[in-house]
Amino acid sequence: MPPDETTLAAPAVTAAHEFFSGVREAVPIVLGYLPIGFAYGIIAAKTGLSTLETVLMSVLVYAGASQFIAAGLIAAGAGFGTIVATTFLVNLRHLLMSAALFPWLRGLRAPTRAGLAFELTDETFALATTVFQKRAATAPFLAGLQLTAQFTWVLSSLAGALSGSLLTSVNRFGLDFALPAMFIALLVLQLRSRVHLAAAGIAAACSLLFAQLIPGNWNVILAAVIAATAGMFLEGGSKNRAD
Amino acid sequence: MRTEIFFTIIGMALVTYLPRMLPLVVLHRLPLPGPVYRWLGYVPVAVMAALLGPALAMPQGELQLTWTNKFFLAALPTFLLAVKTRSLVATVIAGILAAALLNICL
Repeated sequence: MPPDETTLAAPAVTAAHEFFSGVREAVPIVLGYLPIGFAYGIIAAKTGLSTLETVLMSVLVYAGASQFIAAGLIAAGAGFGTIVATTFLVNLRHLLMSAALFPWLRGLRAPTRAGLAFELTDETFALATTVFQKRAATAPFLAGLQLTAQFTWVLSSLAGALSGSLLTSVNRFGLDFALPAMFIALLVLQLRSRVHLAAAGIAAACSLLFAQLIPGNWNVILAAVIAATAGMFLEGGSKNRAD
Repeated sequence: MRTEIFFTIIGMALVTYLPRMLPLVVLHRLPLPGPVYRWLGYVPVAVMAALLGPALAMPQGELQLTWTNKFFLAALPTFLLAVKTRSLVATVIAGILAAALLNICL
């Protein structure tokens, strides 16, 4: 057996255990996705998408920001090309996250990696990379985490589409802050060194600046590339000083 | 379901899946030099901070650096609690409570 397949050869009991441990870790994402998926369902229904179309988008596309944007574009009468091109640009940032997950998942078979990639989101990425600091990265764990997240997303968009506008005031209860709060906690947990802190500061500042200057979602990917590069060089610099 | 909407959703699904999948699948065939791994190690922190900056400073899509920005205000106790407790669930619940309180007060 090639050495890089050992992580897959877990017995069935362990696989189930890993899966449910992934489901449990998904709780903060569930809290965050419920109100946003619900809001998406309401908005999509309002723009004239049928319930089936609304839910199909959550199943096949499964990307929050671009689903809101697509609903808006469909409402504005935009065509196939505009909507698909916009979606591509908005979701291009996943390239970076997919690449960053690779070192952890390199022991898995290519089809497994291709399958897990389908449900990669900002939130599952942030949570998984934090949890993988402390535990082994296994396919069943990530599958449990990601399936729970998407299940929540699909179900809450269905509920939103069916409810019409019954419960538009969920934000009153502070639920719209669930995902920012989760990112705050995950960011703090990942600040393992001064260089990480510096990289985070650079990323936040650049992202804010680019958001003012460049239309679209380019601010995230550009800021992350600059900050990760700065982090790499700062790490080299601090090592040299220590020598 | 309308055909045009159906194909739009399929198109969206394809262009969303490709960037999610390609690096994870293709990188295996390329030998990555050490510095690339170190670089990738900073990507999670960088991505999270890049998402958080605008989420907190421009919650409605425009820069809002004032005391009426509830997300920015709610972020202060949330950050503090995250540093103190290092607990994900506690931080999320505290953040939701802080945002709800601010909704009542402001």
